[in-house]
Amino acid sequence: METYIYSFLFCGFVCMISQLILDNTKLTPGHVTSLFVVIGALLDISGIYDKIVLYCGAGAIIPITSFGHLLIHGAMDIASENGFMGLALGIFDLTSVGISIAVVSAFFLALVFKPRH
Amino acid sequence: MKDRYLELVSKYTPKENILKNAVVTFLAGGILGTLCELLLRGYMMWFSLSRSESGVMVILTLIVISSILTALGVFDYCVSKLKSALIIPITGFAHSITSAALEYRKEGLVLGIGANIFKLAGSVIVFGIVSVYVFGIIRLLIMGG
Repeated sequence: METYIYSFLFCGFVCMISQLILDNTKLTPGHVTSLFVVIGALLDISGIYDKIVLYCGAGAIIPITSFGHLLIHGAMDIASENGFMGLALGIFDLTSVGISIAVVSAFFLALVFKPRH
Repeated sequence: MKDRYLELVSKYTPKENILKNAVVTFLAGGILGTLCELLLRGYMMWFSLSRSESGVMVILTLIVISSILTALGVFDYCVSKLKSALIIPITGFAHSITSAALEYRKEGLVLGIGANIFKLAGSVIVFGIVSVYVFGIIRLLIMGG
């Protein structure tokens, strides 16, 4: 039950921070999402983000910070066996699911639908 | 002349209510996170998956739903109401890819969709990869993993 509360708090907190950045600076959503990916990659150091995922559940999986975390997590998993080559080999191990599904669904939807304004 | 113009612009630019936006995004983002946790538990129960596998399933569900909503034109309306509560979760990533694909469809399959599909989402991937290399090399050199 606590996972639901932490999930609510963490996901809401991340979204609120990004909205505050958007409202108070001239940065665009593109800047903010890139910034959050870098922060997620930084938080993987000594497994901080893994602990957040453990306590917050899906609330920590769905923000874009999780994308950066999964990128470096996959890379470091392989790098612990293969050394520096592992960084290049394992970088998309965990995130390829999201990217490929997003591209495939976008491609077929663009064939079927017309843009609306 | 320019001062007068800037004055007019600032007069007619709608004032964003910062506090209200913050509260709305906090609540909407929190509710989305809670619903996804519920869905994650559901996937674990229905398909007897492990926690990490059903996390992947939750991400897939969100991507497919937000792509379809973007194609139907509903998503832009939701973003105008809920703001970054839909941009920061993975829904925003799927939205940027699908809207780029829809936008450039008229320029053809290869030069339109193929060349422009990562037009908006590319920055996320580029900065992700670069930061992984930077942090990864630092971690391998200093901490050894």
